[in-house]
Amino acid sequence: MGKLIALLLVILAVGTAYLFIGQNLWWFPHNISTHGQAIDDQFMRTLVVVGVAFTLAQLALGYVVFRFGSRGNERATYSHGSNKLEAVWTVATAVIFVALAILGQRVWISLHLNAAADGAYKIEVVAQQFQWNFHYPGPDGVFGRSEPQFINDSALNYVGLDPADPNGKDDAQVTTLAIPKDREVELTLRSKDVIHSFFAPVLRFKQDTVPGMAIRVHFTATETGRYDIPCAELCGSLHYNMKSSLLVVTQDEFQSLVSLPEEKFKDRLNELMAQYQQ
Amino acid sequence: MAEVHPAHGAHGEIHRHEPPKGFIRKYIFSLDHKVIGIQYYLLALFSVFVGMFLSVLMRIELGWPGHEWSFLKTIFPNAAANGTISPELYLSLLTMHGTMMVFFVLTTAPQGGFGNYFLPIQIGADDMAFPLLNAMSFWITFLALAVLILAFGYTLFFNDPNMEKVIGPIGGWTGYAPLSALGDAAGPGQGMGVVLWVSSIALFCIASLLGALNFITTMLNMRVRGLSLMRLPLTCWAWFTTAVLALLSFPVLLAGGILLLLDHLAGTSFFIPGGEYVNGQLIKEHSGGSPILWQHLFWFFGHPEVYIAILPGMGLTSHVLSTFARKPIFGYRAMVYAIFAIGLLGFFVWGHHMFISGMSPYTSIAFSLITLTIGVPSAIKTFNWLGTLWGARIRFTSPMLFAIGFVSLFVSGGITGLFLGQTSIDIQLHDTYFVVGHFHLIMGVAAIFGMFAGTYFWFPKMFGRMMNEGMGKIHFLFTFIGVNAIFIPFHVMGMAGAPRRYASHAGLAYLASVMPLHRFISYMVFITVGAQLIFLFNLIWSMFKGKKASENPWEATTLEWTIPSPPPHDNFAGIAPVVYRGPYEFSVPGAPNDFSMQTDPEGAEAPGH
Repeated sequence: MGKLIALLLVILAVGTAYLFIGQNLWWFPHNISTHGQAIDDQFMRTLVVVGVAFTLAQLALGYVVFRFGSRGNERATYSHGSNKLEAVWTVATAVIFVALAILGQRVWISLHLNAAADGAYKIEVVAQQFQWNFHYPGPDGVFGRSEPQFINDSALNYVGLDPADPNGKDDAQVTTLAIPKDREVELTLRSKDVIHSFFAPVLRFKQDTVPGMAIRVHFTATETGRYDIPCAELCGSLHYNMKSSLLVVTQDEFQSLVSLPEEKFKDRLNELMAQYQQ
Repeated sequence: MAEVHPAHGAHGEIHRHEPPKGFIRKYIFSLDHKVIGIQYYLLALFSVFVGMFLSVLMRIELGWPGHEWSFLKTIFPNAAANGTISPELYLSLLTMHGTMMVFFVLTTAPQGGFGNYFLPIQIGADDMAFPLLNAMSFWITFLALAVLILAFGYTLFFNDPNMEKVIGPIGGWTGYAPLSALGDAAGPGQGMGVVLWVSSIALFCIASLLGALNFITTMLNMRVRGLSLMRLPLTCWAWFTTAVLALLSFPVLLAGGILLLLDHLAGTSFFIPGGEYVNGQLIKEHSGGSPILWQHLFWFFGHPEVYIAILPGMGLTSHVLSTFARKPIFGYRAMVYAIFAIGLLGFFVWGHHMFISGMSPYTSIAFSLITLTIGVPSAIKTFNWLGTLWGARIRFTSPMLFAIGFVSLFVSGGITGLFLGQTSIDIQLHDTYFVVGHFHLIMGVAAIFGMFAGTYFWFPKMFGRMMNEGMGKIHFLFTFIGVNAIFIPFHVMGMAGAPRRYASHAGLAYLASVMPLHRFISYMVFITVGAQLIFLFNLIWSMFKGKKASENPWEATTLEWTIPSPPPHDNFAGIAPVVYRGPYEFSVPGAPNDFSMQTDPEGAEAPGH
């Protein structure tokens, strides 16, 4: 039995190693954000620590069950432990784990404790069951006032633009997020009803949208293309179906897009969607 | 070993407690901790099979999205009218699966079941400190389960169109507000489904509080002479620490649950902010609440809950490993302190569930640092288990196999916490299958391996018969291979970006590669569930047909093995045993046997040392 368990543990260690470093069918989608590489690097650093610890622990367990099976009437070693060993592995794990924890904060700090750069392009995001709405300020670059009492889904006023505010006349409300390549974007995330979560796997980015809160986040995309934005927080029956497209376009394409009034904005967005097939 | 203990001598008869005679007082409303322990165990056994059945239904949908199954029409004539599990039915399956498993399995069996049965016996007491309180806590738990079950067939008794397509709420076992607070406007099952669900949880909280008080008092006050704290079996330390965690965390969930209930029934707005526009309607009745408040209250309970589920398994694993390694536990004191450290740190890390919730990003950094330090006492435990096995003479019994499996799963499930505990990596992995794989391995499967080890180990004491070893070994092999084949692939699915709580991943183009993996996992689930039927058969068959068990069939050392199997009503026949040594004195040089009972005065120091 000891040999069988040892064999299983070896298979477990080798199989898991294969799954994590031997195949590339199931892996992170490629990264297209400036901060994403640092997250991937930190993941790989952690994977080295975790991988070594996991493999050694499973193989050590396999070894002891293989080596120390019951034999005849011979007795086991009588020992209550070793304070020296306890001290060694306590200090060693503490140093490694705390070091990882500290390293793991760097990207977080750059994303969440630092404000967006001055030139960042601002877009308002309003989540609702089961749709993402993106609110652009229009050619004037100024967002119209929006309030919950003006929301009217049947009149397509999803974000609640005040019809009396002249700044909102040229604003565009769309369900696709178009952003420029290589220019920082600042999103203000809101929700109308329940908690949703803005998840862009290629951007290595996720943030809950919470009703009653406006959460500002920023990132920079580095590759043009069309990608999925699924909702990552359970938001109701069609949660699995709540997704939108992220469209990263060149800065020229983006400039010409956002200088269009709403109807032409939507038409141009559809053209760009077709142009950047997934 | 069938030697007769002096406690069974005739002069103890004057202190004997007679068992109650009537069937109801003996088996139903019993005050005997052993009967209550078995009641808890059976409640958990029922719940685990219900929870597992729900997961099979979910795996059917995930493995074959959209396929029409005629048997589903029979089970759910309304909710799956065309034989396909609808998205809302899927979410209610998921919610009930989580609630059943976390509360009625992971929290009841290890503590209410085994703890109730064996804590008094391992400390030499004739019952828990408060037997009536003990019975109350079980029956309130039973009521809580009944309220939860009512959600399944609610429309059989009451007319509520919003409950027809679901079997409970659809908001997950975490019940995040305001989805859980807005009523039917937010989705099917979110009205009456949530009211039943949160009432069930509130009742469960009350029951757990009563139980926790009982455990703490019993362990501190009712130890027999000679059983100093540092001679307690590690199981007792684990149950004690678990009880302290329960005492401090369940009141917070109870408060949260009552507030959520008030939002539903009394028009309050604890968790509902103003300006909500739900399902085409502006909500004017609510304003000023905070959705994040629910998450703080929930996870202040929810994280210690993880340790409530796993600590008894850790205690039991230590106990079983030492027994069948025929070696003293390696680093007894370090093990006790590690349990304390895990319990204490467990209260300061709830925020790691909330890195991306919108709470202050500074707070996340503090929670992240504390979270990774929990890895230290966890690693200490693992090293000590390996140290215990080093130089051992292992007897590969069924309980030992599951204890070894526990160590392996504890490593596999715990170590991925090093990814998730880091704020930056969590940005990508939060709410993906990586998390689902992580917590299923650690708090689900590892904890359940602890329960299996406990079942195979203590069954002879509880029922006076041995479980079948052959079936036990087959059960172990299939289960150990199965759970790894199920939950390790979950991690790479999460890395690929598969969000959790999705009725289907088919709509996301970038997840095309995970679809075959889903089907593979579904097959593995069916095999693993099948193996649990072997366990169920073994359990029932052995109760009636198993080989008769002696007083100490495993040649173990602690007090439960000094009394008959099954124990008499008052455990020690009226005479308190005296303890002369620590709990894990195996293979003592010069001792006549390779196990020295705690009650054996031979060559021991004076009691009370």
